[in-house]
Order: sequence, then structure tokens, then C-alpha cells
Amino acid sequence: MAISFTLNGKPQSVDVSPDMPLLWVLRDTLNMTGTKFGCGMALCGACTVHINGEATRSCVTAISSVAGKKVTTIEGLSADGSHPVQQAWMEEDVPQCGYCQSGQIMSAVALLSKKPNPTDADIDDAMSGNICRCGTYQRIRKAIHRAASMQTGKAKSAA
Amino acid sequence: MAIAAVVNRREFLKTGAAGGVALVVGFRLSPAAFADQAEDQEKKPPNPFDAWVRITPDNRVTLILSKSEMGQGIMTALPMILAEELCVDWKQVKVQQAPTNPKIYDLGTGGSGSVAGSWLPLRRAGAAAREMLVAAAAKQWEVSPDTCKAQGGQVVHGNPKRYLSYGELVEAAAKLPIPNLNTVPLKNSDDFTLVGHDTRRFEVRDKATGSAKFGIDSRVPGMLFAVVARCPVFGGKVTSFDATKAKAVAGVRDVIQFETSGRGASTTGGVAVLADNSWAAIQGRNALEVKWEEGPAAKESTAELQKQFLANAAKPGRVLRNEGDADSALGSSPKKVEAVYELPFAPHACMEPMNCTVHIRPDGAEAWIPTQAPQWAQAVIAEASKLPPEKVIVHTTLMGGGFGRRYQADFVMEAAQVAAKSAGKPIMVLWTREDDMHHGFYRPASYHKLQGALDTDGNLAAWKHFQTSTSIAAKWSQKGADDPGLGEFGTGATIPYTTPNLRLEYLLAESSVPRAWWRSVEHSSSGFVIESFIDELAAAAGQDPLAFRLKLIGSDRKIPRFGEEKATPLDTARLKGVLQLAAEKAGWGKPLPKGMGRGIATFFSFNSYTAAVAEASVKDGSVKLHRLVYAVDCGRPINPDGVRAQVESAAIYGLSAALHDAITIKDGRVEQSNFNDYQMPRISETPKTEVHVVTSKEEPTGIGEPGLPVVAPAMCNAIFAATGKRIRRLPIRREDLA
Repeated sequence: MAISFTLNGKPQSVDVSPDMPLLWVLRDTLNMTGTKFGCGMALCGACTVHINGEATRSCVTAISSVAGKKVTTIEGLSADGSHPVQQAWMEEDVPQCGYCQSGQIMSAVALLSKKPNPTDADIDDAMSGNICRCGTYQRIRKAIHRAASMQTGKAKSAA
Repeated sequence: MAIAAVVNRREFLKTGAAGGVALVVGFRLSPAAFADQAEDQEKKPPNPFDAWVRITPDNRVTLILSKSEMGQGIMTALPMILAEELCVDWKQVKVQQAPTNPKIYDLGTGGSGSVAGSWLPLRRAGAAAREMLVAAAAKQWEVSPDTCKAQGGQVVHGNPKRYLSYGELVEAAAKLPIPNLNTVPLKNSDDFTLVGHDTRRFEVRDKATGSAKFGIDSRVPGMLFAVVARCPVFGGKVTSFDATKAKAVAGVRDVIQFETSGRGASTTGGVAVLADNSWAAIQGRNALEVKWEEGPAAKESTAELQKQFLANAAKPGRVLRNEGDADSALGSSPKKVEAVYELPFAPHACMEPMNCTVHIRPDGAEAWIPTQAPQWAQAVIAEASKLPPEKVIVHTTLMGGGFGRRYQADFVMEAAQVAAKSAGKPIMVLWTREDDMHHGFYRPASYHKLQGALDTDGNLAAWKHFQTSTSIAAKWSQKGADDPGLGEFGTGATIPYTTPNLRLEYLLAESSVPRAWWRSVEHSSSGFVIESFIDELAAAAGQDPLAFRLKLIGSDRKIPRFGEEKATPLDTARLKGVLQLAAEKAGWGKPLPKGMGRGIATFFSFNSYTAAVAEASVKDGSVKLHRLVYAVDCGRPINPDGVRAQVESAAIYGLSAALHDAITIKDGRVEQSNFNDYQMPRISETPKTEVHVVTSKEEPTGIGEPGLPVVAPAMCNAIFAATGKRIRRLPIRREDLA
């Protein structure tokens, strides 16, 4: 049975087993491999996407539960890496192996949408579900602060 | 069959590529091996325009990368070296992974050796290409090459200046004689515009946009995804299986049994479930019913290993190094210290689970592999497919972490075995996190007994280090062919602390748990043990831990490496340099808030010098690392920000070893499964980390691993300073803090 949802702003329909996690639909059915498999149990955050704007672990999200919702993946943040969080990630040279970074970026974007100027404690709270074996945490913290000032700076100049 | 008694990692690859059969692996990657590599390249220099530099007529420059990128930044550092000598704009440069051609490239990536081993060969290759381009321009202009200059991807001559771009010159240049690599002029390092300057990671955009392709992202038309059931007990085998329920899972296409490949690639064998997608393969594997013959390892456990350690510690060890008479000095010394240190098996826990994609066709094979050892991968696929190695194309992909785990070929061999039975279909064998936790190659577990004696002046009268461990060498060698010992101490066999009476002893503990290289390998253990114990001796002597170390290191000199004649000696001036720099930057000796302690540690590994000062506190039975101040001397830093990034990374990996890393065994199985029962550090546990990189013109040395060995001892010494408690086993346990 086909399941329909919005994927990165476009209508998407897939005909897969309803209990198939969104992660595998993205990766194997749609060949959108930016979202990563790390643990399969919502323990590491590598598979983080946004569902209706909320950071969600796609590895434990059955595709049936996504019907009618808006899904955003790393590929949907920007076409060219121009999203402020991606820009900040590049400027701080955050990634090492880079495998967890799609998930880190998606969690950071969700955090900043709720708290445009997060404190270190806010960052710890929001980002502690995302594991990075390369230990890029210090740069992640800096990049989130940088992205926050880029975004609020932009908001100020627009106002 | 290729069998070597003791070989280094490079030798191993050479043998693997030639033999393609069961192998014996050594355990140390000696810098001498890299020197050999440089010599090899000097004998028959390949045309640099074939091997290292591709320039198109429209002036696009592609540099060839002969090492694998696993996060360590080699995709940036090595092309920087080439680009520097070639005199091209960094913005102009693209990077391409080298093919598996062992005649030109040494592809094995490990031992923090890529920059050290490639520095001179790549400079020479870049310089040779540059000289050929200059010569081509000079010929065209009919002037002397000495009057031409290469800069920014073009050759310049005369006044008024005239220019020829590399793109215009390359066709003619590539046909010119190749300069002698021993005499080709290299740039004066004062003129470097790229090397020594902070450079952003080459592939950072791909990694920030999700477009970076890791092994697991390989997609080949018609491919199937395979997930394998393996015996949970090490060394166990399939007795029988029933695939009925697995085949009933929607999307499952086939179920295939394959045998263990033996000790070479060291696969367990098992039953693979092949499906249209990963999820169906995982579900199919869960539904599979397999009966296992568990074998003798089913009796093994962490508790049983501990008994072995204790029994060994009661015996005299095999003497590896003996100077003076440590026992009688210990007997007659006014002040003695004795302590036991213990470290567990530790997992690599790469974020990208193991995977390998192989397509075997009658005329050749192609594979997409996140591997640190592409040549070994090529050899095992050749073996499984019965094709000659040159018919096997290996695409080395980005790796979601390596840390030594991806030096192994087990996951490659499995995929090749399954693909060989899959009627020409491309197969990705995908590991789940649980597979990765249960079927790894772990950093050895070890037990150390240290005895030290102080004379009346507080000098080190004796040092005795007994170790019993599960040994990497013993895992890979033919029984009796290899004698584990000194390698298990790493550079800890050459302590920098002066003593007239020194004794090292070793005994092997038997285990079926696979062991292999792990970030900084034996240095991770030796660093903890030696730098904790020297701190205990400083306390016993009533001396400041920094002053005590500096005093015992003593005068500026080069200490030969015990048992490794060809290895670079330990330069005490550089070691003292990093100790003093870290101490100064950390404010050593300045007061700290109540409850906080400061600890220091230093270690020499991979020919690099590292020191760190930790600030830690203990509250409610748990420890918090607040700040970590590093000084590192890795010779000339190619990309200083890349060096800082590697040390920041090693800090967290080391913190993981200090706080969490422990693989425990029960009934021959790993007890941990996923990130719920195996923890690693989170952002909230991250200390404020400062990395001070020594400005140096010495030859560049390793940096991926050397930051790790100092973390646990600096932290535990800080705990002692804060609480008076000595931590002597890792990971740090709540009861040891109480």
C-alpha cells in the first residue's frame, strides 16, 4: 500500500512494508543516503531528520507513522550548503570522518529553531543524543554559536 | 602460502597482495618501513603525471591520494604537500583516490604514518612534475629553464612577463625525461604558502551537506543487501539452519551459508540473508533459525581472564629488558612503590558500521570498500572470486571512522564470499551495530605490575614493569612463530625516566577474543600505566609531578629506542619542551577552585611528543574532566588546524577509554551490544580542550594517535590531586572514586 508524505518540500509516495523505518525508506528505497545508519535503536542520532519540524530518529520511525507529514532530511536543508548551520559547520571545519554530521546538523537546526541563542547548557541538552566517535563536540558547540549569531544577525538586519 | 614470522603492517600488505592467502600479521608499524617505501619509489620513479598529478588542457588539476580518509584529514594534508611543490592554487585542486596499483602506491593507512611516510616522496613527485612543466615552457620559449618560474598553476618568464598555463604545457611536459628524484630541487620551506598554514578539510562541504559517499552509501544497479548471522561465541560454527521464516520476510531473496575463511582475513563464517533492502535483510536475519557449535571459547569470560592474569602475575615473567639489577635495588631501597594497573578489551566503535560492496563477474570483480587496507582487500576478493588480483578493482570510499578496525579484511572477505555465491549479483554485506560490537577486533586487555624504588635523593633507583596481556601479535601469528613481548609495551619499552636498574617482563594470556590495532594501540595502555606510576613515584618522593618528570628525564639527549635499532630515538629536549609548554599554558602550580585537581602526563609515540594537563573534579561518585591543555610536537605541522583537530579527537577517544570503554566477555560472547550498554562520551562530557602545536621544522611525524595515551593518566593524576585516590584500572569505576 502506498504511503504519501512530503519530503523536502515535494510530494513523495512509497510502496513499502508499513513497519519499514523511514531511515531505510530514505536510504534504500529512495537512494537518499545523506541520512545515516548508526545503531538502529535511536541511541546515536546519526539518522536524525525533521518530521513536522521536530528532530526525530528515523531508524525507529515506521514509515506508516509518517503518512501525511513533512519530512526534512540533510538534503533538504539547502540545495548548495548555504544553510547557516551548514555554513558554520564548514567555517569551524567541524567534520572529521563526517559520518554522524548529518544527524548533528539536523539536531542543531532543530535546536536553533526553538532557541535562536542557545547557551552551552541548551546545546548539551539538545545535542547529547548525537554521538560523534571522532569527538568533534567542541567544534560542534562553536559552530552552533556561530550559526546562532549568523541567523540572529540576519534577522536583525532584515528587521 | 605466505607466512612470515614477524612483519610490520606494510610488509603484511605486500605479502597479502602477492600471496592472497592465509597470512600472519605482525603488530608494529615501524617508521623504518616508511623509509623503505621512499627508497622503493626512488628506484623506479613513475612518471609523476601518471602517478600523482593529472592536469587537463583546460587547467584543471587533480592530485592523487594514496591513503584512505577516515576523518584524520589525509585527503587534505597529502594533496597540500603535492600542491605546494607543484605550485598550484589550492582552490584549483581536486583530489582523487589512487587505484590499487602496488607498484606505485602503498595504500595501507595506519600507524599515524601517512604524512611521515609521504612527506618526502610527495614533495619529490610534486617537484618533479613542476620541473617538467617548467622545462616544457622553457623549450617552447627557447629560453633556459633557470629563467622561468612556476607559480599559481602557470610558468612565468621575462619582463614584460609572459605566461603559459600548466594546462597548455602538460602534454609536452609529460613526455620529458623524469628528473632524478634524489636531486630534484625542493622548495625552500620559508617559501611555503600552503604547508604550515591552516587549511579547511578538502571534503568539508560534502560532509556538511550529506553528499559525502561512505562505503555504506554505495549503490550499484541490481545490488542486494546482505546481513549475516554469525556465531555469538568466538570461533563457533554453524551446525544447521532453517531459512523458512527468513525467506518468508517480504523482500528477502536468498539465504546463503559460507564458511570461515581461516586465520588470514579471519572471518567467522555464517549465514547471510540477502534482500532488496537493508531492513528486509535485518528482519530476515532476525527470523533465521541457526544452530551453532559454540566450540571451546564458550568457556571463556572476563572473570576467567582475570584469573589468568593473576596466575601469571604470580610467576616470573619472560625478561625482555634488563639493565642493572632492579630486584636488588628494590630490595635495598629506602622507598619503594608497587602498583597494579588493569585495562580491558576496548572496541573501535566506528560510527559507520562495517560494510563492503562486491560485484563479481566472470571477467573481473569490482568493490566499494571503506578500508584502510585496499591492497589486502583486493587480495582477499581475488582469493574468494578465484580471479587474479589485477582483475579486482577496489574503490576506496570515505570511511565513517577507522581507528584500526578498518585495517582488517574480515568484512571484505565476508562480502566476497557471499558475492561469490550470488550468481553475479552485486552484494553489500552490511553489519548492524550489534554485529560490530560482537565481532570486532579489540584493543588487548592487559594487567601490569609496576615496582619502583627511590634513593635518598629522590632519584629513580629502579623501575620494574611486568605485563601480562592478550597480545595482538599472538592473535595473528602461527603458534610459536611469533614471540609477543616488546611490541606489547610500545614505546613504553623506552621510558624517558633515567634509572640505573630497569627490568621489563612479559607473559602471554590466552584468549579467543580477536585483538588488533586500536587508536594508539599499545601506547594507550603503556601511557596510562607509565604516566600514572611515575606520578605515584613523584608523590612518594614528595616532589611536584612536573618537576619530578623533568628531573628524571634529565639532560638534552637522544635515547635510542630499545629493541628497535632503526627507529627514531627519543629526543629528551622535545619531550621536556611539550611538558613545559603544556604546563605553562595550563597555569601549572596556580591555585584551583576547591574540589578540583590538576594532573599532567606526557608520552612519546609515532615519533611525536605529547603532553597534557587535565583539570578534573569528583562529585557524588562521578568524575568530570573540565579542561585539557595539550602541547604537541609532531615536527613540521602540514595543516596546523588539522593537527589541532586530530588532538581534540584523540582527547575524546582517550576520554572514552578513561570513562567507558570496556568489552566484557561471558560464555565466550561479548556482553555489550549497542550504545545503551556500551557508552561513549557525549557533548556534555566534553572538556574545554586547548591544543598548542609546537612550531617546528623537524620532519613531520604522526598525529592521528599520539594525542590519546596521555588523556587517562593526566585525568587520573588530576583525580589524585583532587581527592588523594589513585585510579589504577580503566574504565574509571565509581567504587574506585569513593
